[in-house]
Parts: sequence; C-alpha cells; structure tokens
Amino acid sequence: MAITRVNARRLTGTLALVLASAAALAGCGAAKVDTAGGSSPAGSASAAAGSAAACGTVNIAVNPWVGYQADAAVVAYLAKNKLGCTVVKKDLKEEVSWQGFETGQVDAVLENWGHDDLKKTYITDKKVAVEAGPMGAMGIIGWYVPQWMADKYPDITDYKNLNKYASIFKTSESGGVGQLLDGDPSYVTNDAALVKNLNLNYKVVVGGSEAALIKSLQTATDQKKPLLFYFYEPQFALSKLKIARVSLPPYTAGCDAVPAKIACDYPPYVLDKVVSTKFANSGSRAYQLIKNYRLTNDQQNLIASYIAEQNMSDDEAAKKWVDANPDVWKSWLPTG
Amino acid sequence: MTTVTAAATVVAGTATAEPVISVRDLWKIFGPGASRVVGSPDADLSRAELRRRTGCTAAVRRLSFDVARREVFVVMGLSGSGKSTLVRCLTRLVEPTAGQVLFEGEDVRGMDDRRLRELRRRKFAMVFQNFGLLPHRRVLDNVSYGLEIRGAGKPERYARAQEVIDLVGLQGYETAYPDQLSGGMQQRVGLARALAVDPDVLLFDEPFSALDPLIRRGMQDEVIRLHHEVGKTMLFITHDLSEALKLGDRILIMRDGELVQCGTPDQLVGAPADDYVRDFVRDVAKSHVLTLRWIVRRVTPQDALDGPELSPDVVIRDAVRQVIQAGRPVKVVENGALLGVVDSAGILGVIAAEPQGDPP
Amino acid sequence: MTVLVAAPGLRRPSRGVLVGAVLAAWLLLFVALRGQFTLSAGGPTVVPTWLQHLKDGADGQRNTSPLFLYGFNEIRVAIDPLFTNVQGFFLRLGWLGCTVLAAALGLVFAGWRMMLLALAGFLAFGVLGLFGESMDTLALTLTSVLIALVIGIPLGIVAGNSDRFQQVLTPVLDLMQILPTFAYLPLITLCFLIGPASAVIATVIYAAPPVIRLTSAGIRNVAPATTEASRSLGATRWQTVRHVQLPMAKRTIVLGINQTMMAALSMATITALIDAPGLGKTVLKALSREDVGAAFDAGLCIVILAVVLDRVTTAASQRAADIGRSGRATSVTARPAIALLALVAVVVAAQLPRLTARVSLLFPDGWVHPIRPAVNTASRWIELHLFSTTEAIKNGVTYRLINPLQTLLGDSPWWLLVLVVAALGYVLSGVRIALAAAGCLVGLPLLGLWPSGMITLASTLVGAVSAMVIGVVVGVWTGRNDLADRILRPFLDAGQTMPAFVYLIPGLALFGATRFTGIVAGVIYASPVVIKVVNEGIRDVSPSTIEAAVASGSTPWQVITKVQLPMARPHLLLAFNQGVIYVLAAVIVAGLVGGGGLGLDVINGFSQVSLAGTGLAAGIGIVLLGIMLDRITQGAGRRRAGSDVALGAH
Repeated sequence: MAITRVNARRLTGTLALVLASAAALAGCGAAKVDTAGGSSPAGSASAAAGSAAACGTVNIAVNPWVGYQADAAVVAYLAKNKLGCTVVKKDLKEEVSWQGFETGQVDAVLENWGHDDLKKTYITDKKVAVEAGPMGAMGIIGWYVPQWMADKYPDITDYKNLNKYASIFKTSESGGVGQLLDGDPSYVTNDAALVKNLNLNYKVVVGGSEAALIKSLQTATDQKKPLLFYFYEPQFALSKLKIARVSLPPYTAGCDAVPAKIACDYPPYVLDKVVSTKFANSGSRAYQLIKNYRLTNDQQNLIASYIAEQNMSDDEAAKKWVDANPDVWKSWLPTG
Repeated sequence: MTTVTAAATVVAGTATAEPVISVRDLWKIFGPGASRVVGSPDADLSRAELRRRTGCTAAVRRLSFDVARREVFVVMGLSGSGKSTLVRCLTRLVEPTAGQVLFEGEDVRGMDDRRLRELRRRKFAMVFQNFGLLPHRRVLDNVSYGLEIRGAGKPERYARAQEVIDLVGLQGYETAYPDQLSGGMQQRVGLARALAVDPDVLLFDEPFSALDPLIRRGMQDEVIRLHHEVGKTMLFITHDLSEALKLGDRILIMRDGELVQCGTPDQLVGAPADDYVRDFVRDVAKSHVLTLRWIVRRVTPQDALDGPELSPDVVIRDAVRQVIQAGRPVKVVENGALLGVVDSAGILGVIAAEPQGDPP
Repeated sequence: MTVLVAAPGLRRPSRGVLVGAVLAAWLLLFVALRGQFTLSAGGPTVVPTWLQHLKDGADGQRNTSPLFLYGFNEIRVAIDPLFTNVQGFFLRLGWLGCTVLAAALGLVFAGWRMMLLALAGFLAFGVLGLFGESMDTLALTLTSVLIALVIGIPLGIVAGNSDRFQQVLTPVLDLMQILPTFAYLPLITLCFLIGPASAVIATVIYAAPPVIRLTSAGIRNVAPATTEASRSLGATRWQTVRHVQLPMAKRTIVLGINQTMMAALSMATITALIDAPGLGKTVLKALSREDVGAAFDAGLCIVILAVVLDRVTTAASQRAADIGRSGRATSVTARPAIALLALVAVVVAAQLPRLTARVSLLFPDGWVHPIRPAVNTASRWIELHLFSTTEAIKNGVTYRLINPLQTLLGDSPWWLLVLVVAALGYVLSGVRIALAAAGCLVGLPLLGLWPSGMITLASTLVGAVSAMVIGVVVGVWTGRNDLADRILRPFLDAGQTMPAFVYLIPGLALFGATRFTGIVAGVIYASPVVIKVVNEGIRDVSPSTIEAAVASGSTPWQVITKVQLPMARPHLLLAFNQGVIYVLAAVIVAGLVGGGGLGLDVINGFSQVSLAGTGLAAGIGIVLLGIMLDRITQGAGRRRAGSDVALGAH
C-alpha cells in the first residue's frame, strides 16, 4: 500500500505541474519573444551579491576573445563595485549577442567589429538596439606570418607570392595545399572568399578559437615552423610574439559589398559599443558607464595579458588595473 | 444389453424454464474482414479451408446453448477448439463476430461500455488458468481488487475479502504476496477474488490445468464444496474429461469451434453423438458415470419381481453390490412406476466392457 | 538465366565475398575515374539558400506571425519559467541546502550508501569551484526530465496498449535515438531562439525516447492474463492502467526514467552551444581557450553528476522494488521517521545562511581547490615533452588512414559512392535498405554539403573501425574472464553515461584542434558500448558448445575464432552499428575543436547569420548520414527489442 500511496502523491504532484504549465500557457495571450527571456535570473551564483536596488541587472555579452573579456572585466567590475549593479556576463558569439538584443537576454555589446548588416537589421529595421559610441580601440584584421618567416622569405608578405610558398604551409589538415589557419568560426572573416578569388593554393582550416591561434603562433615561433594565419589587433599576445602582416589587395570602400566576391583586404575597424534600446531608455546608471567607457589598444592589451598570461580571474585583473588607473575610469562614472 | 434410446436424445439448450445465460448462433472469427465471413458461403467451409481462403480463423462457429441457474455447465474441448474464446465472448472480453448472448434475457452485445462494466463488476466473475494475480499486491488486496474498482470503501472491501479468504481456506496468508504462495494457493486467491464480488455467475477458464494432479483434485473438490455452499451458476472450461464428468451437471463438447454434443455426463458416455465423442469417452469407466436408466430392461415373464427397488438415477457402480447380492433382477422404479429391471448380467456387461486400470 | 540453372555447382557467394567484391570494384573505378564528377564545390546551393530564407523569414516574423505568436513563442514562454524556477530554487537553497537536500533524497530513497555518494559528489562540485554551474546543469536536466516524463509516460502507456500507435511511434523513436545530438539544435533555435527554453526542448526530444520505449515495453510485458483478469472484473481502462499495468511495469519504467535522465544530462551539457547555462558552458569556454585544466574540472563535475544521478536512481528503484515485494514492516515504518529527519535537516541547512553570517549561500571560497592548475601543468609538460610523440601518432593516423579514406570518398565520382552504398546495403540487408541508404546519401549533394559530409564520413569510419577493434579485443577478454569483467564493468557503465563532449578534452590536450581529436573522442565515447555488446555476445554462447569445442582439443585461440566470434556474429554486427552511431555523434561535436565536416557547418550556422542556412542544412545532412550508416550497419542483425533499448541511449 505504501507504494501505491507514494505513487498517488507523485501523480498528484505531476498533475499539479502539468496544470501549472497549462495555466501558464493559457494565461497570456500572444507571446512576443522579448517577454520570454527577460525574467531569467542570474545565471550562476556569481550574480547574487551586491545591492541590486541602486542599478538593477545588466546583461553583458562576452564574445570569445580575451581582449573583449578584458573590456567586460573592467566594465563589470566598475558596475558592481562603484554602481552597485548586478552584472550577468553571457558568453555569446558575436551574432548571437545581437539576437540577444531582441530576446531581451543581452543589454550591451562592449566591443563591436563592424557588422553593418546586423546594425541594419537590429538598429535600423527592428529598432531593438542603439549605438553607444566608439569604445576607443582600433581594430585591425589581416593575414600574418611569424616574424622569422618574413625575415627568411622577404617576399612572403605579398599575397602574390603566397602560391610560391604554399608547399611549406602544408599540414595534415590542409589536404595537399597550403594551410591558412583561422580562429573561432564566429569571427568576422572573408578568408574562404579571399582564397578563392585570389586564386591561392590554400585551404582555410578552422582552429576553433583565439587560443588555438595563439598556441599555433607560439609553436611556430618557438620551433620555427611555417604558419600563415588570420589574426587581429588589439591583441595582447603581440607583446611577446612578433608577426608580420601579409598585404592583400588594398581595401576600397564597397569592395566587400558582396561576401562571395570579396578580393580585398579587411578594412580598419573603429570598434564601438551597442546596447539594447530598452537598456538605453531604462535610465540605468550602468548605461551611462557603458556609454562613457573607452579603452585604448594598449590599455586593453595590458588587462588581457593579466588574464591570459598571468592567469588572473576577470575580477582580479580588473581590480589591478582599476586600482592603478583611477584617472582613466573616474570620468566614466555617471555624474550625480 | 438394451438401452433406452429416448434418454439419449441430445438437444443443445434443453434447460429449465428461465436460463441465466442464453447463447444463440454465436460466431467469433479472427482475422481481416471477419464480419464479412458470417452469412457468406465461406462460413460453411472447414476451419482449415477458411483460413486458406480468407486468412481468417473461426474460433467459435454457430454455437447455441443455455445455462440454467445454479447449474455447473462445463465446456470441454481440446486446445484450439475455441472454448476459451467462447467463455470470453460471454462478457465480451473478446468481442463476438455475430450471434446473440443473453444474460437474464438482456442482450449483452447491445450493452454500452458502462452497462457492460456493470455486468462484469456485479454479475460475472472469472477465474483464470494463469491466475492473473497482481504480483505487487498482497493477497488481501488482490482479493478485494474487484470491490475496489467498483468503488467500495476500504473497511467494507477488507471485511468482505476476509470473509471470502476464510471461505476458500486462505486464512493466515492475507499479507503474503502471490509469488510467495504455491500454485494451488494462488488459484485459491483467484477463486476468492472472483467470489468476493458476489457474482451471479462464475466463469472458470481451465483454472486447474496449471496445477499438479493431486492439488488439482483437491481444488475440484473445493469447487464442488463451494457450489454446495454458495450455489452459484458456474460455467467451467476444461480440456480434461474426468474433470468435466466430475463437476458438470451438463457438458458441452466443442471441436474446431463447433458444438459436437451437449448433455449430461451419462448422456455423453452412454450415447456419444459421433466417433469424435466416442473416442473421447472410450476410456471412461462407464459404471462410474452411467445410471441404472441406461441398462434397465423390459420385464420378461421369467423375472421374479420380489427383489429390491432402486431409482433409475443410481449410478451403476453404486448398485453393483446390491444387484449382485440380490441374486435376482432388481426393480427400477421412478415415481412409483416400474421402468423395468436390472440384473447382474446387465451390470457385469457394463463393467466388463471397461478399460483395465484405475479410472481417472 | 538458363546458364545459372544449368550450373548447379554455382553457389551464391558468401556475404563477405560480395562485400569484398563491391569494395574492389569501387577501388578500380576510383582509380579510373578519380577526380571526375566530384562535387568539390558542394553541389547546388538551392536548399541552403532556401533554408537561409526560411531562417531570415522566421527572424522577421517572430513577433508577427501567428505560428510564432501563438505557437513557438507560447511554448517558449511556458517552459522558461519552469526552468528558471528550478534554477531559482537551487539558488535560494544555497550550497549547503542543495547538498543536504541531495544527501537527504539519497538517504530516504536509496539508503545511506547513496547518501554518502550524493554528499561527496555535491561537495566535489563546490571544491572544484563549479557549484553554481553544476546546479544549473542539474536544474536543466531535471526540468527536461520532468517534461520528458510528463510527455513520455503517457505516450508509452498508449503505445503499450495500442499496436497501431506503437507501429507509428517506433520508427520515430528510432530516428530520435540515432540522431547525433547536434542535429536538432539548428532547427530548434530556428523555432525557439537560443536560451534555456530551447535547451530544455532539445534535451526533451533527445531524452524522451528511452522512457517512452521502456514504458511501452513494461506494459507489454505485463502478463495478458492479469490485464484480462482486471477487465473481467469490470475495471475501466484507466483503472487497469493504474492498478495493474503501471505497478507491474514499474521496474521497467524506472529503468526508462534512469536512462532518460542520463540522456538528458548528456544533452543538457551540449545545449551550452545554444546558450544554456551550466557546466557545458564552462567546458565550451575552456575548449575555446584551450584551457585543458578548466575543461577537466567541468568534465569531472559532469562525470560526478552522472554517477550520482545514475547510482541514486538505480539504487532507489532497486529498493522500491524490494520493499514493494517483501512488504517488510520495518522499512515501511522506519522510512517516515528518516524522511522527517531528512526534511528537518534540509530546512535547517537552507535557513542557516539567513540565521548566521558565517554560512553563506555560496560555497566558501577557502574550500575551493580546483585541479585546473595541476592539470594545466601536466598538460604543458606533455606538450613540451611528448609533443613529438603525439604529433607523430596524429600525423601517422591522419596521413595513413584519414586522408587516404577522405580522398577515396571525396575524389570518387559522387554517383559511384551512391552506387557503392546501395550495393553494400543490398548485399548486407536487401533492396529496401539499399534504396533507403542510397537515398540518404543522395540527399547530401542536394543539401550542397558533399565535401563536408565526406570529411565527417571518413572520420566516422576510421573511428568506428578503431572502436570495433578495441571493442572486440576487450569484449572477448572480459567475455572470457569474469574478474576482468567485474573490474571493468563499473568503468564501462560510467563511461557510457558521459556526454561525448567530455571526451574532447583529453583529445584536445594531446592532439590539438584536428580531425584526429574528434576521432579519438569518438573512439573513447563508443568503446564502452561496443565492448559491452561484444562481451554479451561472447557470454551468450552456450557453455556446452564451448565444452564440446574444448573436448575436441581446441586451443583457446581456436575457441575464440572458430566458436565464440562466429556465434556472436549478430552481436558483433550490433556492436559495429552502435559504434558507428556513437562515433558519428562524437565526430560531429568535434566540429568545435577542428573536427571540420558537418559539425563545423552546424557551428558556423550558429555563429554567422549568413551561414544559418548551411547550418540548418548540415543538421539535416547529419540526420541523413546517421540514418544511412545505421541502416547499412544494421545488416543481418535486426535490433532486438529488449536489450537494445538499453544500448540505444547515448
């Protein structure tokens, strides 16, 4: 009997749940997506601290490279400790972060690389996001080789000569042609189109991450192994690892209009900040902070090296930098 | 030996005035398009032929019989004869294909689900070959299951279950689980479960064929005892002739879904309808089944009529000693009328024709 | 025709010979036709483009189309709070409350040993510094399991009672189980966007089949006499279900719940890719930073969580069955007391942080000792000292096996490959399978994914064959040696419950971001299942047959090769089938770490809006590849209902 009674109770419990979810279903009318995600509480336990009343919760997207992590570390540290906000960091890829503006899961992107198409969709058309000004750093994307290669093969830094050297870049993954190593698949990249349109005997091999790129660069530098790779600045690793850029056909306005036909270099990027419209209109003090904050390439590289090379946690790295540079961030804080 | 042929006339469905169950022209055909078979020329095909032609199996064919109140009615046949299907058709555990099943005059096939459930809950109860007990419930809860599902409260159903448990001799096992009991004891639980709902009719589907012979005999006696005590109408399925003869007031023999013969035990033994039945009953000790009615002969002038009197319904075996000791013909008298006489020659004729060895 | 009839000596050649002939013909034609009709551009891009439009269309209409407003969005809105409530509950309970609760549940339902296991496990989450993440994963798993049960058990009951429904359901469940976890994700984000709700839905889809299957099987195994007895007493359908079928099928259903839970856990970690919180996120982050130590910590937490959930639910079901059977008075009366005590302990533990400042809701920092630094040191050491060795292994296998196979697949005319698959399918399993398999393969060029598909296929085949070699060697060994079997079995059980994800970590540490890493992960992932099935096959050979072989003077080697392996053939086929499916799942996930192929396409689809169409197509491509491999390798050994259910969950 005990068993059946337990069953009955379990059944009642289950039933209650079904009813509850049914009620939830029936309760609201049409459901818009931005009502869905907004209510989610802090992801992990880290968000529980701090007095939320003064500022509320701010959801910061964190894109997968250490430089961005450094931006987020500083902004989050200041928001928590100087403004009393609850900060939720969300590890998201770039484009997914933009979708987050629409679903309400993301309030701010701190370091945006171009993405004019996304700006059109989410800022111009859907009006769920607004620009919040440049973030201070300048972005460069390009193809590189380790410095020793440029020294040894001086003409390698011109793309026209790459085919001559294709055989030394061969690897187990490149299938008979030279390897061009890319990073995270979510990064801004035209490499596949470039290889095709410039008729290069190369294959784009996706390493999967910034870390994979840096590790390969490290090995290539230490062991003098050939490596052609996609890379970018600001980049903390460049303080120790020397590289040389391979010149591609120069960028001209509009030469990258049709993705499949691109045959020119990457443009220089003015990195900027984007926030959700809701967040911008909320009057949150965190919005003022994000709007005001600016980091130069060197500043970002320094913080990033704390994290990546000195193995500090985000908060430790931010604290170290914040404590040492009050003049820089004081002006970011909202007045009043 | 002379037999009185009138007594052996077999009419399926002869019973007392108001039958409890009345089955008319019942069909059960398994397979695709089964309902189209009945009434078509295919219906007259043999079972094997029907299967070959249509892919259908006729489990029950054109069956009619009545079961009287308080009667023990046995349906007998070999495996595959359709007897288990037949008993399931009565409460529509298996849906009949065609024909009529009346319970106390009401058409069972016309009942809706609710009425049918009511019938199963109150009027019928069934005992199964493989017991069909609930292994996760104690004996007490197994027995009271039928009461539980018709909504009886716990005190009420436990009280009733306890009564029945005492009746079938399961005292002391109330809290045991079925798999802790022997086969015989398990079937007592099955029996108790059926009795607990106090049904009008008990259906037995080969209830004892899974049991050892000795235990089987005990359980048969138990059924006879219960029949005396509670006086239910019983419909009993078996493949065991001796069981049929032992329990049945009347016996229906089935073959390939069809009725072969229906009658009292002595009718079957004394006047088999065909070779099939004759073959069946060949090994039966006739003296144990036949009554004096079957060997009574007309009085001849030579007969001395000063001997003892016996009723025609006395089984031959029970008359042996008296007839032989009497040393002269014994009068067979029914309701004061002299039917004839029985002498030792007649009795010895029956016994001598019996097979050697112990009767089952 | 007449020639064949006239030559009675001609026997139909054995399957092995036919397979060999097909492969030989393939090689010959490859040499002759190499590089022609190859589809290196992928094939027509109509389907991906169409899917891209579908995706863009969906994005545009998310707040306007009734399908979204009253369909997908509603589901999303209904599921989200379910998850956030469970998650919030754990948060409010605090680390101490959660730990005590887990221990209490272990004690009440599974005994003191399981209490200790749960206690140790939960403390380990804290010590590894991942308590919050572990609870998030647990919340996601439990929410999904709950929904899977609410949907799955009724479906199972219906399927158990209706042959027709069962017939419709079975192929659907088969499909759900052979699909690599990755394949659903693009489609689900299309409908439900990213986030916990989508993660729950994906997990439910993946985790529901075992409980549906086993509920149905349990109900079907109830002796018909018993259900009939219940009907004969006038029970309604629901009464029969409730009083007879469910209690009698209970053990089987609980086994199904256990399997569902394991499946849910493994999927829940993978849904980190669509922004679900928890340990998967940590692993993902660690993978992207090549932080082997951090990934190891998180992987260890997943392992611990899997072991705790598996052992506790298994012990609980065992115990429930025992108590139900014996009806022992002591346990029945003692349990409420223990339960009450446990409840008090939980309440106290949950309230402590509010009563005294010395106990926090968060796991004390001072107790956190992740093993990340040690692992990273070790991994750096390996990198420094074993680099040439691991590099040599990786290059050896890649150049000798993977690349040639990939060349063979990719440089063959595409139609030749389709013909080969059809021929193999025909030889192994007949016309219908041949057509189905070939049809699936034709789908790849239609999706514009031929080259990616060939990369994935090559990796999968290399991995499956490797797993099979390991499986046969170890399976035969454990099949013949009881001690080895006893020692190895817990590891195999544990290994089977891990998500494929976890196995990428050691591979990444040793071999970097390459296809080989994916294959290594696949082999580790598939081996436990393959070993178990082979072992079962060896053990199924009747002792008297072996006795007869030994009595006639066979050496052990002869017994293995001439008796045990031939007789275990159906099991070997099943083992290979399972091996292929498992390796495929892992190889797809390895797209995260340089595995390339369809897995990378799916990830690209998540990462770049302009590649979403290709990502969706890749999801479909994985499905096609999965079905093709499954159909062909099922071969002669049709799946057996019972044990296969247990094996099918991955």
